[in-house]
Amino acid sequence: MAQAQAHSGPMVTADGVPLKTSLRRAERRRKITAFMLVVPLLAFILLTFIAPIGDMLWRSVDNPAIINTLPNTVTALEDWDGEELPPEEAFAAMVEDLRVGQENRSIGQVGIRLNYEMSGARSLFSRTARNADSLEPPYKEALLDAHRRWGDVETWRLIKREGRPYTASYYLSAVDMRYADDGSVAMQPENQRIYVALFMRTLALSLAITVLTLLLGFPIAYLLATLPLRYSNLLMIMVLLPFWTSLLVRTTAWIVLLQQQGVINDLLVAVGLIGDDGRLTMMHNWIGTIVAMTHILLPFMVLPLYSVMKTIPPSYQRAARSLGANPFVAFVRVYLPQTVSGIGAGAILVFIISIGYYITPALVGGQSGQLISNLIADHMQRTLNWGLAAALGSILLGGVLILYWLYNRIVGIDNMKLG
Amino acid sequence: MKKLALTTTALAAGALLGVANAGDAQATDLTVVSWGGAYTESQVRAYHEPYMELNPDINIINDDSSANALAGLRAQSQAGNVTWDLVDMLPSDAQLACDEGLIMPIDHDEVLAEAPDGTPASEDFLPGSLGECFIPQIVYSTVMTFNNEMFPDDNQPNTIEDFFNVDDFPGRRAIQNRPAANLEWALYADGVAIDDIYDELETEEGVERAFAKLDTIKEHLVFWSEGAQAPQLLADKEVAFATGYNGRMFNAAEVEGQPFSIIWDGQIVEWDGWVVPEGGNNVDVVMEYLHWATDTQRLADQAKFISYGPARASSADLVGEHADLGIDMGPHMPTHPDNYQSPILLNNDFWTDYGDELRERFNNWMLQ
Repeated sequence: MAQAQAHSGPMVTADGVPLKTSLRRAERRRKITAFMLVVPLLAFILLTFIAPIGDMLWRSVDNPAIINTLPNTVTALEDWDGEELPPEEAFAAMVEDLRVGQENRSIGQVGIRLNYEMSGARSLFSRTARNADSLEPPYKEALLDAHRRWGDVETWRLIKREGRPYTASYYLSAVDMRYADDGSVAMQPENQRIYVALFMRTLALSLAITVLTLLLGFPIAYLLATLPLRYSNLLMIMVLLPFWTSLLVRTTAWIVLLQQQGVINDLLVAVGLIGDDGRLTMMHNWIGTIVAMTHILLPFMVLPLYSVMKTIPPSYQRAARSLGANPFVAFVRVYLPQTVSGIGAGAILVFIISIGYYITPALVGGQSGQLISNLIADHMQRTLNWGLAAALGSILLGGVLILYWLYNRIVGIDNMKLG
Repeated sequence: MKKLALTTTALAAGALLGVANAGDAQATDLTVVSWGGAYTESQVRAYHEPYMELNPDINIINDDSSANALAGLRAQSQAGNVTWDLVDMLPSDAQLACDEGLIMPIDHDEVLAEAPDGTPASEDFLPGSLGECFIPQIVYSTVMTFNNEMFPDDNQPNTIEDFFNVDDFPGRRAIQNRPAANLEWALYADGVAIDDIYDELETEEGVERAFAKLDTIKEHLVFWSEGAQAPQLLADKEVAFATGYNGRMFNAAEVEGQPFSIIWDGQIVEWDGWVVPEGGNNVDVVMEYLHWATDTQRLADQAKFISYGPARASSADLVGEHADLGIDMGPHMPTHPDNYQSPILLNNDFWTDYGDELRERFNNWMLQ
């Protein structure tokens, strides 16, 4: 009894350390080991996935060209009300900035940046900067002489507006809007709107492709799961073989099949279904994109469906039949609900892959089959408007996240099963 | 076991390479970026191989990235790791890169060789071809081409107007999915004089007029994006007409024997040439190479392998026969007097100023 009282304090281990501390230590050691095991993957994901996405989000609002190259002008325009041409100090500051910018070859970037908002800004800056050294005060007259666009109030309003370190104008462009001359937000002129229509088309085509892969993939997966092993193995190879073939080869094969002088049209003409002058246009339009992408993405639907169907015992359906359900009811009420997790996984995979698809639409899509990713690539590689490309990419990313959230609310992501 | 064997082989190969490298420690690798395909081939045979023979310590590595050269230059410059030594690009892109400070300004008379008769380079290169940072090699043109078999022998098209005439010359037409060249042709076919085309395009009415003209054939149009698509579409008889680069069309017609004819009327003429990235490791070596590879004889040599005209006036007389086919190259050059009747000189200043806006309009027009 006396002994027990002496030990009524915290419990200790054999070497006298309180049990709690000892446990905590052991726990910590285990946690550190676990963390060390995860570190390589974590670092890899941070470096190759999170960081680039962060960089993309940053670039879509970053606006360094004007504030860095025309610092004096931006300061001089701070108090300007934007009603009439700015005072002489602003013109003088501009000449000063142009001289420095010409010296260190940074003025070109200002022209390129402003040309996104105003056609002709590039030559305005490059031409004036080339002669900036020979300009003499009063600078207002000198600049107006050098190029008539310096006399437009809009030019100065634009510089003032874009002279901030961050800009929303890439996002405005990405949804077919722009700043009007007075600084308010307005729609682009009718004949320059592209992106909203393209986003909608990308969503619609991706949805159509998802539905088609489901309709085509479901029976295949069902056969795969129910046929005897020797047949289903052969079928599995037929599903996987194209999957292992290069994407470009498969796309090119579809070109051979679909074009006007292609295999399908030749066959139809040969059997007399269509005349030689009535050949069907099945590529260089959205039909080509849907057909080729449905084929290419089919395995992404079949494989999750198959792995889920494989786990459904055939006895369930037999039980339903023996209880009086006809085959259709047994299928719809007993079998189908058990495949929902596979359908969800397949659909989300196909949809998310197709929403960012790029090379197949570029080759077989013509104009009506182009997706938003084709324009993002164009801005990345050809026009070099990386800010706009980043804004379009961020909107696409946001859209996918919203759809994912919706899916989670409606179906529940826990129900998704990849195998 | 197999894996072990592989590993040993790889190790051995690595060791051998190491030895080889140690052997000629002097060798300089030059990475030259160009357009790939028949075009890079012509540069390899006319410039790179002879130069490496003369200078065994130089090793030229080809990189077919010119289509995205501007993006590549910008990325390398921002990353501070310039791995390209010499890049082949279009003058409009070169001007942009020059304005951004991505490539080096060139003192033409200092870097480039004189003509054999002593004419300085700045006068020997064709007028307007040299840029602040740009050294032209060739004149190429974007031309209208048609497949002979799509039209009866007595009714073959031969002008840009015929291209816009779908009643007399039925069939689909393939054009590039960008406004440059297409808007010029639309105005030319609509009766605008060649000298007035760009003045007209600077006005709102002129742009409307060009799109209205394109509207008349819109339902017959197919759009291509990569240079190789145009001859392919034409060979497959997917289209009756296709716009394309004259060298690729020459290759398809003469080397591969396709029944193509080029309409030289209204050919859109442009330069293509070298630029030197700012911040490269081998600038001195590259300048030496450039001096040699852009001299009169070398530029004429390239025309033996592809039907692009040399950018030096003094090279014109030296252009001979195709190296493999033995046909006279003169009549296939964009600059041959018979072909150069009504050329449209691509105005790069116009496109750098109005390109952003017109590209959006053109995209919008294509989508509708």
